[in-house]
Amino acid sequence: MSDSRPSYLAHHFDHLEQQKQSATLGIWLFLITEVMFFGGLFLGYIVYRGLYPEAWHLGSGKLDIALGATNTVVLIFSSLTMALAVRSAQVGNRKGCAHYLLATIILGSMFLGIKAIEYSHKFFPGPDSHYFLIPGKNFSLASPYADQVQIFFSFYFTMTGMHAIHMIIGIGILIWLYVKALKGSYHEHYYNPVEVTGLYWHFVDIVWIFLFPLLYLIGRH
Amino acid sequence: MNLLFDLLPVQATEYAKQVDALYLFILAISAFFTLLFVGLLVGFTLKYRRRTQDERPEPPHEHYTLELVGGAVLLALLMGMFFWGAKLYFKAQRPPADAMEVLVSGKQWMWKLQHPSGKKEINTLHIPLGKAVKLSMTSEDVIHSFFIPAFRVKNDVLPGRYTQVWFKPEQEGTFHLFCAEYCGTEHSRMIGYVRVLSQEAYDRWTMNLGDADETPVQAGGRLFAELGCIACHRPDAGALGPDLTGVFGHEVALSDGTTLIADDNYLRESILNPQAKLVAGYAPIMPTFQGSVNEEQLAQLITYIKSLSN
Amino acid sequence: MSSAPDTSATAMPKNYLNEKITVSSWLLTLDHKRIAILYLVSLLAFFLIGGLAALVFRVELMTPEADVLRSETYNKFFTTHGIVMIFFFLIPSIPAVLGNFLVPVMIGARDFAFPKINLASWYVFMFGGVLALIATIAGGVETGWTFYTPYSTMYANSNVILAVCGAFIAGFSSIMTGLNFIVTIHKMRAPGLTWFRLPLFIWAMYATALVILLGTPVVAITLVMIFVERAFGFGIFDPALGGDPILFQHLFWFYSHPAVYIMILPAMGVVSELISCFSKRRLYGYRVIVFSSLAIAVIGFFVWGHHMFVSSQSTFAGLTFSFLTFFVAVPTALKMLNWIMTLHKGSVSLASPMLYAFGFLGLFVIGGLTGLFLSTLATDIHLHDTYFVVAHFHYVMVGGGVMGFLGGLHFWWPKITGRMYPEGLAIFAAIVIFIGFNLTFFPQFQLGVHGMPRRYHVYPEEFQVLHIASSTGAMVLGFGYLIMGAYLIWSLKFGKIAGKNPWNARGLEWETDSPPPTHNFHETPVVRHPVYAYEYASETSNEPDVQSEKGHV
Repeated sequence: MSDSRPSYLAHHFDHLEQQKQSATLGIWLFLITEVMFFGGLFLGYIVYRGLYPEAWHLGSGKLDIALGATNTVVLIFSSLTMALAVRSAQVGNRKGCAHYLLATIILGSMFLGIKAIEYSHKFFPGPDSHYFLIPGKNFSLASPYADQVQIFFSFYFTMTGMHAIHMIIGIGILIWLYVKALKGSYHEHYYNPVEVTGLYWHFVDIVWIFLFPLLYLIGRH
Repeated sequence: MNLLFDLLPVQATEYAKQVDALYLFILAISAFFTLLFVGLLVGFTLKYRRRTQDERPEPPHEHYTLELVGGAVLLALLMGMFFWGAKLYFKAQRPPADAMEVLVSGKQWMWKLQHPSGKKEINTLHIPLGKAVKLSMTSEDVIHSFFIPAFRVKNDVLPGRYTQVWFKPEQEGTFHLFCAEYCGTEHSRMIGYVRVLSQEAYDRWTMNLGDADETPVQAGGRLFAELGCIACHRPDAGALGPDLTGVFGHEVALSDGTTLIADDNYLRESILNPQAKLVAGYAPIMPTFQGSVNEEQLAQLITYIKSLSN
Repeated sequence: MSSAPDTSATAMPKNYLNEKITVSSWLLTLDHKRIAILYLVSLLAFFLIGGLAALVFRVELMTPEADVLRSETYNKFFTTHGIVMIFFFLIPSIPAVLGNFLVPVMIGARDFAFPKINLASWYVFMFGGVLALIATIAGGVETGWTFYTPYSTMYANSNVILAVCGAFIAGFSSIMTGLNFIVTIHKMRAPGLTWFRLPLFIWAMYATALVILLGTPVVAITLVMIFVERAFGFGIFDPALGGDPILFQHLFWFYSHPAVYIMILPAMGVVSELISCFSKRRLYGYRVIVFSSLAIAVIGFFVWGHHMFVSSQSTFAGLTFSFLTFFVAVPTALKMLNWIMTLHKGSVSLASPMLYAFGFLGLFVIGGLTGLFLSTLATDIHLHDTYFVVAHFHYVMVGGGVMGFLGGLHFWWPKITGRMYPEGLAIFAAIVIFIGFNLTFFPQFQLGVHGMPRRYHVYPEEFQVLHIASSTGAMVLGFGYLIMGAYLIWSLKFGKIAGKNPWNARGLEWETDSPPPTHNFHETPVVRHPVYAYEYASETSNEPDVQSEKGHV
């Protein structure tokens, strides 16, 4: 057996199938932990929205729906390129895999860029928004619900911040995959890392698909 | 009280005796199972101890009768405990209607108490014998917990809302009062005493040592006028705010179509955050009184509004 | 065991310990056995720190007044004890040490599915641990291990942020370990090793890993919320803004109650192995024990509110959580029943690991039954936040968890190190620990019933006698641990060579050398029997076990 072992089969596995199945089970378990992680935030969000619906309405109205929607589209496209990267690796298109990974990295970075612009609007209120919307001592909003809107923004920043951290980690992994993909490391016999990262990327995407309506759209009915 | 020999602390209320009966029931069951288990453990170990190294005991046969019967018997006992405990818990949650209300405010690291007569005290609670007392409690800072072991009562005291405990002391004497929820540096010094006095002694104490000019209801009424509440909350038609007479304890229709029963926490919220649950038919014009009244004044206002219902 | 004890190091054949001995070969190792040793050493260091903190405040508590420590310092000591013992000793203890060492060996695998993640878990753990230690040394933390808001976020004047980060990071190490366990147990079992041939220790690890994976992320996000509230001033639980501190308690206990099962389920797994081996037979009701572990793991997620009966959660919530809590007692009691029935008609030997198992049984039965007083609503109202609770969870976590850990450590010590420890001393230490433990914690039940609240620095005088008893016990307990540490270290060099299977136990780990070679087995084992097949000579052979002990002690 040992003479025929390919370099990409780790020593402690008997065969490739076992290695592949382990990686897949592992990432799914990891995604379950991620669901629980974000679940805690969603729970807090739900509890407070139940307590302070008006504040949630007000807070939601202060978010930039155009930027949020653009980001949603960007992220959905990045999921498409990610899926195409996995597909390319599966059919042995090594070059295509690398290119699609690069595209995913670019789209992911675009998302973060737009997010940064959005954050900066809250820090540096412009002509159309007069309020400093970072929770804390300096939070300013002329509303009887200002305190509860502050809680809304605490959740907004914590949720989108946690999501952004996941994006940054994802982009880091993608860059590493891209470097290896350029060398042609992923092909029809071995594409675990690309597939597993793809699942992670889609998960992060789905979290945003939940965040967008809950944060941006909930106040506009 | 001798801790080495007394199974239970002093029982100064009827409720304490009832809790202790349940305690003894669980204790008896626990002792029985502990002795049975340890007895079997020792017995089997002695009887079936390894005599030679070549011993090969038969593997056990898989049959589940024992497990099923054992599990069912246990579950029945456990459900008994649950219902017994739940019954007493209900009792502890529901103060009698005629209970005397004492306002309690926890603060790092002291208990501030105010009697219906307006008398205030710190860390020592004087109460009359044989009369139900309800404590309406809130905290000015962190979470505390109000614990009187002799009465077997305890409840956390939270910032931003009211919680309550009640008891009806049936033994004169002095009992410990502890803060049971860790609240910072001097947590262990946030203690005091509950002194149960005879009714005459309590009345004497209230009058002789009374340094209060006004009762909570009086203070609340004064605030009600001073803060201008009375300008809008009037009984006549055309008033900008709802009339508060008879509001407490009754159903209120809200602007979003729902209804609720006006309780302490609702009144509190309506003073601090008036638009949260707006009464139907009124414009959201009331300002918040967050910051303009302290916890003590808030409690007095609420007591006053309650008094309008009687 | 070898009749002519040879203590020279050269006598050991090539194994995971002596194959390479450079520092980097240890720090960069991907071998699960070496990672287990790394964990063992670090965990014992944390245990020592947590234990010393406890001794200091036990000394303080010998008198009702403050004489050794100021209140601030006292609070920092009990917080250190709690944080270190829970997050950095008990939660990882059995999984990260015994589990890491044994899971692949017991299922006949060469390593975990993800060896790099396994190593990373240790580094992550150490990083979290160092942060927590810096927090406690440079100024201290005084919130209690529970980090209740608003105290932790707005009032505490200490290194809450660092400690929260430490606990948060350590959580990831748990998750990595748990994930590795589940994947490995699913995908890497030896041929013939079906699910119901798995040793109960593996089942316990599996159930524990499930709890870790589902619970730990929730405490992680809860700690993140504490972090942003304290560090950035984001209002999340702040009552002044309308935030709800009770929400924090719900989130916190959603993990921290199941965390109790992370600490106790592995110990139950160890005890199952010990009782089987030292009764020389398959466990009575093997499947019942399997399913009770899974049941405890599942039900454990629905009972967290029993920590909050007096927190002002609704009456209905109190009733529901009390009701559900009683259901945990049933699978737990069934385990006890099955263990005791295994002894019945067995061949019981009282070797030192079995003494720890008996210690576990005796203490855990008390720990478990005193839990009934706390799941019953009316009695819990009185006992909540008193020393009764302190005594109860020490009976479960130390009497159960630590006893299980020590029993397992003694049982597998010859497998891990290749050498035996002195049995006489081990028995002596086990008895000292048992006595010391009971002397420390039994009086605390009485203290609690009489109303002594926990986390009290000074206390009314009538409680003093029992506090003195408790503090004395703590010293006896510490002394017991010291003896144990001393002879275990001694045995590393001077212990008798253990041989493959010194206890004549069944299980794949006993089929390989002691210590095992780097890849665990010289050839992949094939399992031919149901679990604990004492009627056969070994797991992989069909020969009946005739006098297999000849030549063994």
